[in-house]
Amino acid sequence: MMLGPIGFAAPWLLIALAALPILWIILRAVPPAPIRRRFPGVALLLGLKDEESVSDRTPWWLLLLRMLAVAAVIIGLAGPILNPQDEAETGSGPLLIVMDGSWAAARDWDRSATLVEGLLAEAGRQGRTAAILRLTTPEAVTFAAADTLRARLPGYQPQPWSPAPQQIDAAGGLLPDTDFDTYWLSDGLAHEGRTALLQELESRGTVTIYESPRPALGLKPVTIEDGALQVTAIRPMALGPQEITVQAMGRDPSGTLRTLANLPMTFADAETEATAGLSLPAELRARVTHLSIAGARTAGATTLSDDSFRRREVALIGARQEGETLDLLSPMHYLRKALAPTVDLIEGPLMDMIPANPDVIVLADVATLSESEEEALYEWIDQGGMLLRFAGPRLAASDVSREVEDPFLPVRLRAGGRNVGGAMSWGEPKTLAPFDATSPFSGLEIPGDVTISSQVMAQPDPSLADRVIARLTDGTPLVTRKTTGQGQVVLFHVTANAEWSTLPLSGLFVQMLERLSVSSSTSRPQAEDLAGTTWQPVQLLTATGRIEPAGTLPGVPGERLIDAALGADLRPGLYQGPDRTLARNVLSADDTLRPTQWPARLRVEGLTRAQEQPLGGWLLALSLILLTADILATLALSGRLTGRGAGGATAAVLLALTLVSPAPVRAQQATDDPQEIARAIAATSEVVLAHVVTGNPQVDDLSQAGLRGLTQVLTFRTSVEPAAPVAVNLETDELAFYPFLYWPITPDQPIPSAEAYEKLNRYLRTGGMIMFDTRDADVAGFGASSPNGRKLQALAEPLDIPALEPVPEDHVLTRTFYLLRDFPGRHAGRDVWVESAPADAELIEGMPFRNLNDGVTPVVIGGNDWAAAWAVDQTGNPMLPVGRGYAGERQREIALRFGVNLIMHVLTGNYKSDQVHVPALLDRLGQ
Amino acid sequence: MTETARLTDPRQLRERAERQAESLPPLLARAEHLAGTVLLGDHGRRRSGLGDDFWQYRPAQIGDPARWIDWRRSARSDDRYVREREWQIAQSVMLWVDQAASMRFASDKGLPDKGERARLLALATAILLIRGGERVGLTGTLLPPRRARNQIYRLAEFFAEPGTDDYGVPEHRAMIPNARALFISDFFGRLDEVELALTKAADRGVRGVLLQVLDPSEESFPFKGRTVFQSIGGTVEHETLKAGDLRDRYLTRLAERKDRLDHLCRATGWQFHTHHTDRSAQSALLTIYAALDRGTT
Repeated sequence: MMLGPIGFAAPWLLIALAALPILWIILRAVPPAPIRRRFPGVALLLGLKDEESVSDRTPWWLLLLRMLAVAAVIIGLAGPILNPQDEAETGSGPLLIVMDGSWAAARDWDRSATLVEGLLAEAGRQGRTAAILRLTTPEAVTFAAADTLRARLPGYQPQPWSPAPQQIDAAGGLLPDTDFDTYWLSDGLAHEGRTALLQELESRGTVTIYESPRPALGLKPVTIEDGALQVTAIRPMALGPQEITVQAMGRDPSGTLRTLANLPMTFADAETEATAGLSLPAELRARVTHLSIAGARTAGATTLSDDSFRRREVALIGARQEGETLDLLSPMHYLRKALAPTVDLIEGPLMDMIPANPDVIVLADVATLSESEEEALYEWIDQGGMLLRFAGPRLAASDVSREVEDPFLPVRLRAGGRNVGGAMSWGEPKTLAPFDATSPFSGLEIPGDVTISSQVMAQPDPSLADRVIARLTDGTPLVTRKTTGQGQVVLFHVTANAEWSTLPLSGLFVQMLERLSVSSSTSRPQAEDLAGTTWQPVQLLTATGRIEPAGTLPGVPGERLIDAALGADLRPGLYQGPDRTLARNVLSADDTLRPTQWPARLRVEGLTRAQEQPLGGWLLALSLILLTADILATLALSGRLTGRGAGGATAAVLLALTLVSPAPVRAQQATDDPQEIARAIAATSEVVLAHVVTGNPQVDDLSQAGLRGLTQVLTFRTSVEPAAPVAVNLETDELAFYPFLYWPITPDQPIPSAEAYEKLNRYLRTGGMIMFDTRDADVAGFGASSPNGRKLQALAEPLDIPALEPVPEDHVLTRTFYLLRDFPGRHAGRDVWVESAPADAELIEGMPFRNLNDGVTPVVIGGNDWAAAWAVDQTGNPMLPVGRGYAGERQREIALRFGVNLIMHVLTGNYKSDQVHVPALLDRLGQ
Repeated sequence: MTETARLTDPRQLRERAERQAESLPPLLARAEHLAGTVLLGDHGRRRSGLGDDFWQYRPAQIGDPARWIDWRRSARSDDRYVREREWQIAQSVMLWVDQAASMRFASDKGLPDKGERARLLALATAILLIRGGERVGLTGTLLPPRRARNQIYRLAEFFAEPGTDDYGVPEHRAMIPNARALFISDFFGRLDEVELALTKAADRGVRGVLLQVLDPSEESFPFKGRTVFQSIGGTVEHETLKAGDLRDRYLTRLAERKDRLDHLCRATGWQFHTHHTDRSAQSALLTIYAALDRGTT
């Protein structure tokens, strides 16, 4: 039975609607039930008559509400269906649904799936059997019950390739001999061999075509011209001008996939191809993993990047600059010069570099890394990174790889190596021995002027011989290498500057780096170049343009990788070869897209189709809502919905509504915290002294008071006027705002987390100063003899602290503001240690001080409990006694002067050190 | 087991006794607490009169009998002085607290029921009066006015016994002439009984205070819809189809009743006050105390 666009499954139920008027009369006759109330005031009510003598009847609108609810139930049970399919139009007998199932079909796959589901549902109602045939993965056609097929429908997904002619042929061969009708869901692109299949299908029954009118877009592989990415997009038909946006996607430093650049492109009116150049900074370009057309979401509209469109990326990480090293002496300078022409160099902290996934990380004389850095670096090497290290004074001085082989060094190192003033020495500088045939350097010509004067020495180990790839004439290793996971670690036993050898000055250095694949040029290889190699899929492209890990698919022979047609055994994706990665994209450079040409006799329909929509559920829900409204209205009428009762009912209704509406998503990030921002602004608008929170409230309070006292003294006596000192939590607070950190040591303070150490190392490398105070100079000497000392060792182990020495007499700390000889705090104890002066600093005759290089010592270590000597309470009185009598007060004064000198040193660097030049300058000016 | 046996069973008896006792201390404590908020500084009997305690010396005036002169004091100066004593006649105050079922009503869980508030006020008044040296008892013959502190416990004991009637009737037997009285009730019962009691009291020179304790809902009548109203005891019932329509007429009747009580009080020299259970008990106590105090002048 049909009523306009609505049909009923059980129309006879509608007869029950006739009972509604009877129900009306019955309901109207029964007044609402009375409430019984206990009320003492009833005594006053006796004898009062109701003004309306008629009984209180249910109001008409409430009755109407109930009628509507009952009517909705009756109609809902009658099974109304919107847009029921006319059975006359559809045929009978088996039904075959042919789907192209290609990447181009993925753009409308959801709608296709809905359509197929509708078709199957309809076939199920008519009792027809059905089968699905996908041209991209042809399988034998067996007709089954439509509902069974419907359950399996989510398993049918488009494939990221187009049906090849042989696949379409194969599909034709799989057709059964019986007659059937066909629905063909086309992807809108012409494929070879389709005509034959169409004839085959038409010989069995009627064929209806469903095709999305939206044209499929494609993106050709990206080439590089003049440093810019050349992006070419194609479309099947020239349908007037069309604007698209191509997105370059890649991982940001935190590792999340995001759009790195947007490139708007326009198809001209009569063109099927559009080209544009995308110029990106090298750093961003290296991070691009794929480009895709915004909104297209198909494998064809996505093109993967591989080695061919990026230069190798090398991260240079040098040691902390100690002072004013001339550029020509810096190891980084030589590396930059050697690598800059052929690779993209990036420089910065290690943790920022690793997410960029460089091909090579160069550590020039960096000895220790924090735990988290080590972890990240290890993972990176394990996945194929190459770590190239150069020796230097720091590595030689460190204990790294002394007893046990360090994972980041190919060999164990002998203590000290051969250092200036060390035990080892050559009569004269050594030269290189010719390279072995197995060495990657074999065949390189060794210039005669390459001499080695210093190096770190490898410990003789059983594995040493295998790891040496270059040696000196006396047989000592010069370059060693080991493999770790898929990556490798290479160590040059000399510095990257000309200090220890002349190697970096020669062309051999560049050639060696090239041989190590640190720098290499890449171009798209030809199929014959790849013959005999096997390529392992790393990442695969799905039909919807998503990139997924390849899992355990078998490798692909190199000769097939470039030219063979895509299919189940050669999926589009990123392939890893012996020394590089190659991308196999859906479209190749000379592909075009052609639209389908169907014969005029066929019915071609869009993917949208009036779906049968059962309305029964909605009507039943409506009746439920009406009945709920009826309950509320009845309660309101009978006076039960008053006061708190009303509140409860309203709350219940609101609760029900909240349950329906989705919970809001919390998107607020911690970094947007206004409190954090206020703190940052306060810390940066003035100089602020800071102390590290130890967790011991007494020590923390004393540190705070100590810095308060020092702040007051600075304000009174100098032009440094710091704001109130702050306590810094290493785990949560940003350290970069504070020039100076006071870190008292308690035996029970927690070891900071790996992230905190990373932050601390960055802080030290970027010029921050930490003053460690073991506070026990009264009872212990320097070293690990006291609990605090041991704790200090444990705390400072992961920190990148340079070599230390007791403050020398001519250290700039002795004269930045006051002239001081010693540095007492509450205890006038032992030595105070600072970064050691460079070994080459010498005292010039007639000068009071050595000419030391610039830079602030990153750490001051002592145990004199300075904060206790500086500490003042809120009124400015000293909090703790220092020494006895006048001598004690004198000691406090000296302690304060030391504090002033220290802050001056932090803020002005070695400005006072430069003053030693003044007499010489005056002398030369003739005055 | 017969009823007698059940009552004499020691365990049963003790259980009932304890249950009774349970209700006493909180009521007593709250009453003490409430009484503690009133200072006795403005006590009306702080004046000269008959009594034992010294009050003041005043110069003798014409008309003072010669034997009133305090010679010892007068000998110290040229004037003659009369020694006055503090007036120390104790008043008898009789309480009547409506214990009927209609008082066991509270419209909201947050409010005390009327009876509880009434007992609290009565007991606090009693504590104050006994502290002030008056004699307090119940109307009727059950508990004649006495002065001892023990009387408070006895009062509390009597208050703990609920009444059986639906609406209370003032007890007007055995009124002590010239005493003071405090009647606390909702006065929803028969007014002619109240009238009779007050007339009888006036005849005997008894003056006092009528305190009407009402629940807020009895003042506002916030009911709607078809309702059957029942008294607490269940003896009276009234059904209406539209409770909302009765509101105005109910309030008129309530006002009339209050008006009549007020008139009655004026005629007999009593005072009429209304107290609502959602207000603080302290304000009501002050009202009662001031009213009783006024009565003693």
